Amino acid sequence: MTDTSDESVFDQLPGDLMMWILIVSELLVFGAGLAAFLAVRITDPAGFAAAQDHLHRAGAGVNTVVLVTSGYLAARAVQAIESGRIAAARYNLAAAAALGLVFLVVKAAEYAEKAAQVIGTDTHAFFTFYYLLTGFHAAHVVAGIVILGLVAAFPKTGNAHTGVAFWHMVDLVWVLLFPVIYLLR
Amino acid sequence: MKYQTQKIALVYFIVAMALFAVQVSLGLIMGYIYVDGNFLSEILPFNIVRMLHTNSLIVWLLLGFFGAAYYLLPEETEREMYSTKLAYLQLAILVLGTAGVVVTYTFNLFEGSFLFGKEGREFLEQPRWVKAGIVVAALIFLFNVTMTVLAGKKTAITNILLLGLWGLSLLFLFAFVNPANLALDKMYWWFVVHLWVEGVWELVMAAILAFLMLKLTGVDREVVEKWLYVIVATALFSGILGTGHHFLWIGTPGYWAWVGDVFSSLEIVPFFAMMSFAFVMVWKGRRDHPNKAALLWSLGCAVLAFFGAGIWGFMHTLHGVNYYTHGTQITAAHGHLAFYGAYVCVNLAIITYAMPVLLGRDPYNQVLNMASFWLMSGGMVFMTFTLTFAGTVQTHLQRVLGMGFMEVQDQLWIFYAMRFGSGIAVVLGALLFIYSVMVPRREIVSPGPIERDRLERDPDHVAAE
Repeated sequence: MTDTSDESVFDQLPGDLMMWILIVSELLVFGAGLAAFLAVRITDPAGFAAAQDHLHRAGAGVNTVVLVTSGYLAARAVQAIESGRIAAARYNLAAAAALGLVFLVVKAAEYAEKAAQVIGTDTHAFFTFYYLLTGFHAAHVVAGIVILGLVAAFPKTGNAHTGVAFWHMVDLVWVLLFPVIYLLR
Repeated sequence: MKYQTQKIALVYFIVAMALFAVQVSLGLIMGYIYVDGNFLSEILPFNIVRMLHTNSLIVWLLLGFFGAAYYLLPEETEREMYSTKLAYLQLAILVLGTAGVVVTYTFNLFEGSFLFGKEGREFLEQPRWVKAGIVVAALIFLFNVTMTVLAGKKTAITNILLLGLWGLSLLFLFAFVNPANLALDKMYWWFVVHLWVEGVWELVMAAILAFLMLKLTGVDREVVEKWLYVIVATALFSGILGTGHHFLWIGTPGYWAWVGDVFSSLEIVPFFAMMSFAFVMVWKGRRDHPNKAALLWSLGCAVLAFFGAGIWGFMHTLHGVNYYTHGTQITAAHGHLAFYGAYVCVNLAIITYAMPVLLGRDPYNQVLNMASFWLMSGGMVFMTFTLTFAGTVQTHLQRVLGMGFMEVQDQLWIFYAMRFGSGIAVVLGALLFIYSVMVPRREIVSPGPIERDRLERDPDHVAAE
């Protein structure tokens, strides 16, 4: 880094640098959470497997399709904004946000089902992590929907790169959580 | 000095340094009580000295922050402070409150009185009238600095500094929330204690460091600001939910253990960023600032904060570890190096930078000041090691083998004796620091042939004159 120009590799990132700081921080948090989950799982594989059977795998599978599709629509919105098609961008952003809402509805139904079975955060270590990780992720989906709305309201290329990067992060985290929490035997 | 109202900082710094001397002297007394348990047990019991030691630390650090704000805001906003009178009124209230606290603690007056009695919550023992006074002083301060910033130029440094100072003041309001339920009492207590030092104080520290780097290294403001935002973002991201590492054994729900583990582990990131920031700025620097002592304190601050707050904090933050180490000398080791590295050093850095200007002296190399850095920091690092070893032995004997508390304390005597020795070094270092910024008017070590030659040939080189 002895070059005299202050151009750094960070300047080449699409969107705002602060968003990338946030994304890396979030990935560290969810990564650490998953690592802790797997570490505790080693101490009680049978208990974790039994607890996991209470989860609704099909619902979570549907949610995966929903969120990945939403990510695709958000990416289309970025392309639309880059080529100046603001109306098309807004339709895509609205559809992406709507799928985000679908995700939350499915998630809420899942939590309601758990509540009906009187499963709480202290029922088993598995559920402590289940609620923490999926709940924290769901909170990010809510934030992401707000951010997509902001991008639609202020459709600039920089805003789109920054906001949609967040949405892809939410997407990515779910794709990591889903197999480890719902499927791993 | 470009702006007359920067002079306010001088009085704040002087009061802060006087309290600093009191604080470390009380620390030395306590260090000796650890060596001889009956020392002063009748006239100045350990619990009273501890209250005075911790409270005076917080007060002088805050006075230093206020002084720093009064020093750097006029320069950053490019205008005089809104009001000088209010600034001195604020100081008078704080000094009166401090005097009230000392008298109340020492003589245990007004026991049980709602308004005048001490409250008995660790670190927030202040009687309610003093707490109210602190709020009034904080309001005056916030009004004064906010009016100044609103009228003047807004920079990242002023924004972050103000965010930190506003957060600091608002969070103090939780000191009034004291539910009868002990778990809730502790929970709100941490809203002040943790969210100060692992949240908003970091913003104040980062802003002061950024100001110093800007002045000492001459790096572009744009570069400094980018770093500042990254530091602040990572500090808040990790620090706020990092509060969870205090919610392990106080009765809050179990999931806090994992929230605390994950987020507080990341609290090391902003401290690493601050250390990288300081060194990268010096590396990229294009100014040969004569105040080398201020640069030494700034770099020392960033490094010791990384070790004291970052490494020593991480050491016992995971709940599986903390289950054994909670409340042992490990905590004392972390507390000492973290407060020293992060907040004592940043205050001494800005004081070292500002004092020659405030006293109307040419910036000079300040060899005595640098000597005080090594004496004080060396003492504090040694103290941290002795307490860490003491804490390790204590954890094993008391928590693993199950020996009795006092029996274990006897086993730790050798560490306490060494800690007392390092305490002497810290007190001497502190006194030397105060002497070096207040008294000498010129350099006491004359430059050798190489430095003299460089001074003659290189017009940009102004060090050590």
